[in-house]
Amino acid sequence: MADSAIAHGHDAGHGAHVTSTGLSNNKMAMWMFLGSECLLFGGLISTYMLYKGRVNSGPQPDQIFDIPFTSVSSFVLLMSSLTMVLAVSAAQRKDDRNTNLWLTITALLGATFVGGQVYEFTAFYREGLGFTTSLFGSSFYTLTGFHGVHVTVGIIMLMALVGMISRDRIPGNKAETVELIGLYWHFVDIVWIVIFTLVYLIPT
Amino acid sequence: MAIIERPSSEVAVVGGASVGVKPSEALGVFKRPAASTSWRDWLVTVDHKKLGIMYGVAAFFFFIVGGVEALLIRLQLIAPNGKVLNADQYNQMFTMHATTMVFLFVMPMAAAFANYFVPLQIGARDVAFPRINAFGFWCFLFGGIFLNSAWFLGGAADGGWFMYAPNSSTLFSPSHGIDFWTMGLQITGIASLTGAINLIVTILNMRAPGMKLMRMPIFTWMVLVVQFLLLFAIPVITVALFLLTFQRSFDATFFDVASGADPLLWQHLFWIFGHPEVYILILPSFGIVSEILPVFSKKPLFGYPIVAMSGAAIGFVGWGVWAHHMFASGLGPVSVTVFSMATMAIAVPTGVKIVNWVMTMWGGKLSFTVPMLFSIALVVQFTIGGLSGVTHAVAPSDTQQTDTYYIVAHFHYVLFGGAIFGLFAGFYYWWPKMFRKQLSEGIGRWNFWLMVVGMNLTFGPMHILGLQGQPRRMQVWTEARAGEGFFNLGFWNRVSSIGSLLLAVGVLLFIINVVYTHKSKKVAIAPLDPWDARTLEWMTDSPPKEHNFDTIPTINNLDEFFHRKYAQDANTHELTQVATAEEVLAEMNAHPDEHIHMPSRSYWPILLALALPIIGYGLIYNRVILAVGAAMVVLTMFGWSMEPSTSPDDDFDPPAPGDGGGHTKELAPLG
Repeated sequence: MADSAIAHGHDAGHGAHVTSTGLSNNKMAMWMFLGSECLLFGGLISTYMLYKGRVNSGPQPDQIFDIPFTSVSSFVLLMSSLTMVLAVSAAQRKDDRNTNLWLTITALLGATFVGGQVYEFTAFYREGLGFTTSLFGSSFYTLTGFHGVHVTVGIIMLMALVGMISRDRIPGNKAETVELIGLYWHFVDIVWIVIFTLVYLIPT
Repeated sequence: MAIIERPSSEVAVVGGASVGVKPSEALGVFKRPAASTSWRDWLVTVDHKKLGIMYGVAAFFFFIVGGVEALLIRLQLIAPNGKVLNADQYNQMFTMHATTMVFLFVMPMAAAFANYFVPLQIGARDVAFPRINAFGFWCFLFGGIFLNSAWFLGGAADGGWFMYAPNSSTLFSPSHGIDFWTMGLQITGIASLTGAINLIVTILNMRAPGMKLMRMPIFTWMVLVVQFLLLFAIPVITVALFLLTFQRSFDATFFDVASGADPLLWQHLFWIFGHPEVYILILPSFGIVSEILPVFSKKPLFGYPIVAMSGAAIGFVGWGVWAHHMFASGLGPVSVTVFSMATMAIAVPTGVKIVNWVMTMWGGKLSFTVPMLFSIALVVQFTIGGLSGVTHAVAPSDTQQTDTYYIVAHFHYVLFGGAIFGLFAGFYYWWPKMFRKQLSEGIGRWNFWLMVVGMNLTFGPMHILGLQGQPRRMQVWTEARAGEGFFNLGFWNRVSSIGSLLLAVGVLLFIINVVYTHKSKKVAIAPLDPWDARTLEWMTDSPPKEHNFDTIPTINNLDEFFHRKYAQDANTHELTQVATAEEVLAEMNAHPDEHIHMPSRSYWPILLALALPIIGYGLIYNRVILAVGAAMVVLTMFGWSMEPSTSPDDDFDPPAPGDGGGHTKELAPLG
C-alpha cells in the first residue's frame, strides 16, 4: 500500500504529510485554539458589558477614556496586521531577510500598542480608577489586561521567531510556522476591534 | 525513535535488559531520551497507548479517593446526629467528592479510552501531537495532586462543586481551599483543552484511507463531539475561575454584592461551562456501549447515522440549556420558558439513542458477558436518570426539587448509572486488547451485580428523601424530625448508606479481578479477537505494537474488521465466516509498510506541566515562587519549540518484536 504510510502525519516535523482533510495538522490545531479563545474573550467581554455602568464612587467610563489616544494606538495595532501579512508573504517566498524585517516591525508596532496601554492604565489609575475601585474598574482592567497579555505573548513569539529564523533553528516548515503566528496575531487584532468598539466607542 | 525499517515478524529478538542507545543530539537543550524498558520511559513517553494507560491508572486512583469521600459522607448520614465529620469537614468532603469524580475521574477516564482507542479505531499510528498529548496527561495528574494537596495545607475547598458566589469569597471561606480549587481546575483545564485540540485534529486529519467520517466507529464519533464541547466549554470556566482568583487574591469585586455585583454572573458562567460538561461526562460512555451492544448482539448498530447525528445534536443543543440549573434564581418567565423548552428538546436525541440501542439488541443473538451486562445496565439506569431529568425540565416542578436530594438522585443515576457503568463496560470489553488477558467473568458478574444493586440502593431512596424535602448537603439529621412510616427519612438514609457500602464492595471486586487476572497462573492469554468484534482496534496485535499497525489498512466498510471476517450471501443475506481474526491480521502483516516514522520521546511535556502547580503554589503563598514557575514555563516552551517532534537521525535499527507484553520495544544501535 504505497499511499498508506503518508496518512499519519504528526507534530511539526513533517509538514509534507498528506492529511485526511488536506489542511495541515498544525494549522487546524491553531484554528481550533483560536475558536476556543473566542469563548474566552466572549466571557470576559460579557462580564465587562454587565459591569461597565457599575462605578460606585469611582470615575465613569466616558469621564476617563481618551478616545483620540486609544484610536491612534488601535490604528498602530491594526497596521501591525498589515506588516504581519507582509512577513508571511516574504516567508512563503523563502526570503528570510524580509521575513525577519517585517516580523520585527510587527513586534515593534505591537510593543507600541502595549506601551500605549501601559500609559493609558497609568493615566486611568491617576484619575482614580484602580483595579478594585469599582466593578467597572475590575472588569475593564481584566478584559483589556487579558488582551494586552495576548499581544505581549504574540510579541514574544514574534521575537523568538526572528531569533530562530536567523539561526535556522525552526523545526519543520518555516513558512507555515510564520503563518501560524500570523493567524494568532490577526486574531488578537480582531478581538481588539471588538473590544475597542464595545468598550470605548459605544457610550454607556 | 526514528525510522523503523521493517516491522516485526522477521526481526531477530534483542533479548534481555534494555540496550543502551545513544540518541543523537536533538536541536533542543537536552539530549533526546532514548527508548528503554525502565520506569523512566513512562515519564518521557509520547506513545498514545502508554498515555492512555497512565490516564486510566491515575483516574482510577482518584476514583478511589472520591469514593472514600463519598463513603465518609454516607457514614455521616447513616445514623441520626452523625459524628463522623463536623460541619466544616462535611462541606469539604462533598465539594471534593464531586470535584474529584467529575474532573479527576470521569473526564480523565474517558480521556484514557479516547487516547488509547481513537488512533486505533481510525487506523492511525499515533495522535496528531504526541508531545502535547503527554503534556495533557501530566497537567491532569499534577493538577489533581495540586487540588488534593489542599487537604494537607489547611483544608480543601468547601463551597460545593459549583462554588456559587458570593459564598466562595474569602469572607465565607477564609482557608486556601478554594484557591487550590481554582488553580487546580485551571491546570486540569489546560489538560482538557490541549487534549481536545489534539483529538479533534487526530480524528479529522489522520484517518486511514477510506475511513470516511460516516465509517468511523461510534466511540470515535462521540469522542469527537466531546472534544468540541471541551474546546468551547473550558475557556468559559477559565474566565469564571480567573474572576474568582482575582477576587480572592487581588481584591477585585466581581462577585461582591455589597459593591453592586451580580451573583448570577458566576452562575451563568459556571453553567455555560457546566451543562456542556454534563454531556462531556456521558457521551464517551454512550460511545462505549454503542460499540459493545452490537458486538454482543451479533448485529450491526441499529441506525448508525442516527446515533452519530443524535450525538452531535446533543452536542449542539447542550449549549442552550444551561439556565435550567438556575430556575430557582429568579430569571424571569421568558428565560425560564425558553430554557425549559430547550431542556425538554434535548431529551429527544437522547431518547433516540436509547431506542437505537434497544433496537440493536432486538432479535439479536445476545450473549450476556460482563461488558454486555454493564452496557444494558447503562441503558436501563440512564433511562431512569433521564426521566427524572425531564421532571427538572418542568420549571415549577424543578423549583420544588432544587437543592434537594431528588437532584442528587438524578445526577447519580445519570453519572453513576450512565457514565461510570459505561466506563466499566469499557474496562471489561477492552481489557484483553490492552493487556492480553481477559478479566474473570465470574468475579466480573459479582462485581456487576453488587454495583447495580448497590447503586440502586444508594441513589434510589434519594428520590424519596428529596421529594420529602431533605436538602442536599445536609450535614446531620435528627430522629425527632425524620417523620414516620414509609417516608421516615432516617430509614431511607440508612438504606442509602448500606447501599453505598455494597457499591464499595463491588468496586473492590473490580480491583480484585484485575489483580487475580494478572497474578493467577490459571488465566490464559486471551485470544486475538475474544468477542468477535467489529471495529478496527481489534485488527492488530493485543496489545498493539508501538506503531499500532504494520500496514495501515484501507477501509471499505463501516465495521471494517467484521466485513473482513464475514461475507454476506447476496440473496439470503446470511453471513458466513470467511477468515479468522488471525488470518485477517496475517494477511495485513504480509506486506508491512516501510519507513514508519514514530514520534520521539521528550522531556519537555513533563517539565512544562511541572511548572504549572509551582505557579499555583506561588500565587497562594509567595510571589517569588510564582516568578520561578513563570520562568520555568517560558524556558520549557522555548526548549520544546526548538525540539523537532521526531529525531532527525536514522541511527536506529528496526525494533525487536519484544516478548509481546506491554513493554517498550528495545532498540539496538546500528553500529
